[in-house]
Amino acid sequence: MKRYVYINDNESSHELYCDNRISNRKYTVLNFLPKNLWEQFSRFMNQYFLLIACLQLWSLITPVNPASTWGPLIFIFAVSASKEAWDDYNRYLSDKKANEKLVWVVRQGIRKHIQAQDIHVGNIVWLRENDEVPCDLVLIGTSDPQGLCYVETAALDGETDLKTRVIPSACMGIDFELLHKIKGVIECPNPDKDITRFDANLRLFPPFIDNDVCPLTIKNTILQSCYLRNTEWACGVAVYTGNETKLGMSRGIPEPKLTAMDAMIDKLTGAIFVFQIVVVMVLGIAGNVWKDTEARKQWYVQYPIEGPWYELLVIPLRFELLCSIMIPISIKVSLDLVKSLYAKFIDWDAEMIDYETGIPSHATNTAISEDLGQVEYIMTDKTGTLTENRMIFRRCCISGVFYGNESGDALKDTKLLNAVAGSSPDVVQFLTVMAICNTVVPIKSKTGAISYKAQSQDEDALVNAAAQLHMVYANKNANILEIRFNGSVIKYEVLEILEFTSDRKRMSVVVKDCQNGKIVLLSKGADEAILPFAYVGQQTRTFIEAVEQYAQLGLRTLCLACRELREDEYQEWSLLFKEASSTLVDREWRIAEVCQRLEHDFEVLGVTAIEDRLQDGVPETIETLRKAGINFWMLTGDKQNTAIQIALSCNFISPEPKGQLLLIDGKTEDEVCRSLERVLLTMRITSSEPKDVAFVVDGWALEIALKHYRKAFTELAILSRTAICCRVTPSQKAQLVELLKSCDYRTLAIGDGGNDVRMIQQADIGVGISGREGLQAARAADYSIGKFRFLKRLILVHGRYSYNRTAFLSQYSFYKSLVICFIQIFFSFISGVSGTSLFNSVSLMAYNVFYTSIPVLVSVLDKDLSEGTVMQHPQILFYCQAGRFTVSPPFLAFFLLLYNRASESEYICWMVWSIFVPCNCCVCDHHTCLCLREK
Amino acid sequence: MTDTDRGTQRDRHSAFSLFTQQSLPACKPVLTPEWVIMTFLFIGFIFIPVGLVTLRASHSVVEIVERYDIGCVPEPFRIDKVSYIQDDSIPKNCSLSFKVPKYMKAPIYIYYQLDNYYQNHRRYVKSRSDKQLLHGQNEHGISSCQPVEVNNDRPIIPCGLIAWSLFNDTFTFIRNRAELKVNRKNIAWKSDRGHKFGKNVYPFNFQNGTLIGGGKLNPTIPLSDQEDLIVWMRTSALPSFRKLYGRIEKDLDVDDVVVVHLMNNYNTYSFGGKKKLVLSTTSWLGGKNDFLGLAYVFIGSSSVTIAVVFTLLHLLSPRHYEDTSYLPWN
Repeated sequence: MKRYVYINDNESSHELYCDNRISNRKYTVLNFLPKNLWEQFSRFMNQYFLLIACLQLWSLITPVNPASTWGPLIFIFAVSASKEAWDDYNRYLSDKKANEKLVWVVRQGIRKHIQAQDIHVGNIVWLRENDEVPCDLVLIGTSDPQGLCYVETAALDGETDLKTRVIPSACMGIDFELLHKIKGVIECPNPDKDITRFDANLRLFPPFIDNDVCPLTIKNTILQSCYLRNTEWACGVAVYTGNETKLGMSRGIPEPKLTAMDAMIDKLTGAIFVFQIVVVMVLGIAGNVWKDTEARKQWYVQYPIEGPWYELLVIPLRFELLCSIMIPISIKVSLDLVKSLYAKFIDWDAEMIDYETGIPSHATNTAISEDLGQVEYIMTDKTGTLTENRMIFRRCCISGVFYGNESGDALKDTKLLNAVAGSSPDVVQFLTVMAICNTVVPIKSKTGAISYKAQSQDEDALVNAAAQLHMVYANKNANILEIRFNGSVIKYEVLEILEFTSDRKRMSVVVKDCQNGKIVLLSKGADEAILPFAYVGQQTRTFIEAVEQYAQLGLRTLCLACRELREDEYQEWSLLFKEASSTLVDREWRIAEVCQRLEHDFEVLGVTAIEDRLQDGVPETIETLRKAGINFWMLTGDKQNTAIQIALSCNFISPEPKGQLLLIDGKTEDEVCRSLERVLLTMRITSSEPKDVAFVVDGWALEIALKHYRKAFTELAILSRTAICCRVTPSQKAQLVELLKSCDYRTLAIGDGGNDVRMIQQADIGVGISGREGLQAARAADYSIGKFRFLKRLILVHGRYSYNRTAFLSQYSFYKSLVICFIQIFFSFISGVSGTSLFNSVSLMAYNVFYTSIPVLVSVLDKDLSEGTVMQHPQILFYCQAGRFTVSPPFLAFFLLLYNRASESEYICWMVWSIFVPCNCCVCDHHTCLCLREK
Repeated sequence: MTDTDRGTQRDRHSAFSLFTQQSLPACKPVLTPEWVIMTFLFIGFIFIPVGLVTLRASHSVVEIVERYDIGCVPEPFRIDKVSYIQDDSIPKNCSLSFKVPKYMKAPIYIYYQLDNYYQNHRRYVKSRSDKQLLHGQNEHGISSCQPVEVNNDRPIIPCGLIAWSLFNDTFTFIRNRAELKVNRKNIAWKSDRGHKFGKNVYPFNFQNGTLIGGGKLNPTIPLSDQEDLIVWMRTSALPSFRKLYGRIEKDLDVDDVVVVHLMNNYNTYSFGGKKKLVLSTTSWLGGKNDFLGLAYVFIGSSSVTIAVVFTLLHLLSPRHYEDTSYLPWN
């Protein structure tokens, strides 16, 4: 399905597409009550309570005043309804504010100030500097003569750097006045939520004649909720409006996560319900029998000889109502209450504030704190999670010469400095690639100092290093790059950018040297994406050695390469590229294919090595959590060697002979299968030995293993306490989490970048590190923390306490309900099995609310062990993982619990009996008056 | 220390931050063997004396229990007791005598005890109207009295099964041929007389139906003064119970012979209930009930036993406090 947007056509699209009214509201004033009630009653517990409350209205069977159930029920409903209403009202207010904001829109060829909600698809919207974008726009003009503008996309993806957006080539150079009258059609896909893709075409109508259909990408759009920066004005055509914008579409409500404890409570509730039915049936039959044999003889009860047709049902229903308190009505409310307090404790914790940035920890999801105490597997990202993601250029190897090996810092290596000073051609070429093969934007401040806005930390490190080596990337003016080297200025024209994708693992630029007109392809990328494509005859052995050597030091390597292009070769390719860029289906794949045609026969220039330091306290944290019985898996997109080095340096795996690393590799199914079986065999043998065995798998082998040998791999996953998965894609990360989850393990995924979002959402608990790669992960996560080392505290202190407290509270809730219920049941045996309640309504309600619900909430302050003790003996977490509440087999435990409660209430009942029988008297003034039933 | 330092210091220790940092002062009793043993011993030493004192109080109460429901049926009627009790033409008076086993100090309470009588049966216990008992003639709010709410289309006061089945055996006590005066005032709860039963509510249309249950009421006395009814209407929680009949305000000496003339009106024969007459003195703890004292003694002595066992265990295989080798993972 496609959408055709007619620019500046006020009539045609009004009916087809919605206006720009944003609505995040769930309810309206009219449907609030029915809709909210419907939602609340879709939960089994609430249905049950409603049924009970309705039955109680029948005075023939109700043991107590109906108010004792209706009161709490209405209270609970009112609490959650008013919470919903309050949230919805706040959403309404913020919607209203956004909807009524005034924006400049062209109407009948004249710019007018109208409310944002009146924007229609096809309207031209004008924005000034620092304006918020009201809907998704396709740029058609900016104040910049080159058609550039800068936007801040923090609200969309959390990245705070400025991104450049450019007007489509067809609109280049259109006069300011003419922009009001522009007509044309944009062919774009139906609204979706992918904020990185916009595969559309633009065709302008006369007088703006352009033969070509002009392809549009995400680069030509500015999306709702971004801000226009560093640009005087910009204007664009509204393509998606209202709730159909990219932001609006992605604003889905994530599926609520359920904790192990919640699941257990639900199970227990179900079991108690079944038990209750059994009790009711037994007592109901007993009651009817007693009635027919004994009660008929008792003249004072006056049972009629002929009863109504429903007579047989009356006593069972009475018992159903008597036993209804077996399922505690208050448990959900008390748990919600304490859970939100756990979350607050995490927010407040002064020991989890990242003092470097001042960011406190935050619990976005308030409902799953106790799951933290039951974590069994932690899946961690490497870059930015274990490491600081602060890249520093350390070493390089240029045409076979290693720099920086002695001092550990190539920037201080005199050999390299001399080579730079002597303008050695290899080195110059290498530095040029470092400086311009990227998407970095240089920003010149007023003092003349240059700072770089880079989306990738690696590029930032390379450009800065090049600048320190006197190859300064000074200015970017539209397509013209300016580089200063040793006092001279070199200009390049950027012809194409072949962007980085995680599948291609390299990026390239095609530039034209403005001095001599030569066209050059400059590439950088992972070794396996560059070295195999070197021209025939080039010796890549030293580069391979260099890559290996650097990887063993835990450095990130990139290979740089270039190739001179012939003019006609470029032209020919350029057409293909343009065509691929303007396809609407499978654009990414088509582009990759076309890029492949250019990226070959490289002249490999050298290898760079970038260091990414470990965060503080990572080894200690991993060691402590490991002691607590938590298994660690590292999932990284990085190279195998680098990953292993980092894993060694942060205690992830132990060096030989204490540890053993098993490799799963292979390019074909058979190889992977054999390797997998071998590893599995070793794993089975060594599982009894006290040896740290870990397996390493790369993305390719993982793909095959997951597809064809899932069973074997699952077994391996269960056996192995440690694993390193390198070269994995975001979806593979999520698949691995899914795999462990399917084995009934509690998983926690921790990461910092956009590539971790899927695994974070997939895991039982997602933790995001609010790091340098933006806030995407932190936003998607249930908990966001500033540093990896806070994970220790999050799990051992907050998770454990939350688990213990919730376990206590839920056990107690069931306990107190069962106690009072069993008293009622035992009492029924001495009250003629007639369904009399021993307690009156007020006492029952007071018991449920004032005596047993409110006071126990104090348990949220309970600390069974001090924080220090837990940190010292993290093994204590075993008890939480095993599940104090979830003893297996659960039902045996349940009946044990039931037996305990039963015997307890028997004692109580027996005590009551013993006190009663001898002096069952209601005597004024003098005696101990024991009359439980008061009307 | 600068001012700001002091400020943050204070801030750190403010109650709210202690709360947010989960570091509120708390006590954490560590259950060392010494502490546990001492605690059990302490409980034992407190509970045993209390139990003994309580038992003593209970034993000081003199109680006489006489079952009369069978003895009061004349021999020829014993085969079919129900028809005997339902036959109005047969006089129901009967007498029994007993010897006082011990000196009984006034006041001596007189109870009637019913066994196997389900005053707690749901159908029975619900069959009353508190509104009517307090406010009287009111057509509404007596639906709860089913099946005894109206007779001849006029409401019954007091309505309901409970009132209808009012106990109606009467007792007179004679010692040495002189009648012992029984005080039948103030036998109901004061709160019941004052707040639950109306001063201006008089029995009306009561026991006028075809089916007559228990006792009748004097229609000239307001409900708040019908103390037998008030006592009866405070239903018992268990199927065997005692209710106060009156007080004898004279002491009874050892070997005094008391003769009781009673009207055996109430039908317990149809359902196999028992009727007993109870005379009892009181102590500061109430009537005769050993349970509380026994419970105290039992708990106390088990605590002492546990303490002794623990002491022995502790002496035989002492365990050092803070020994980490006991941790399961070591």
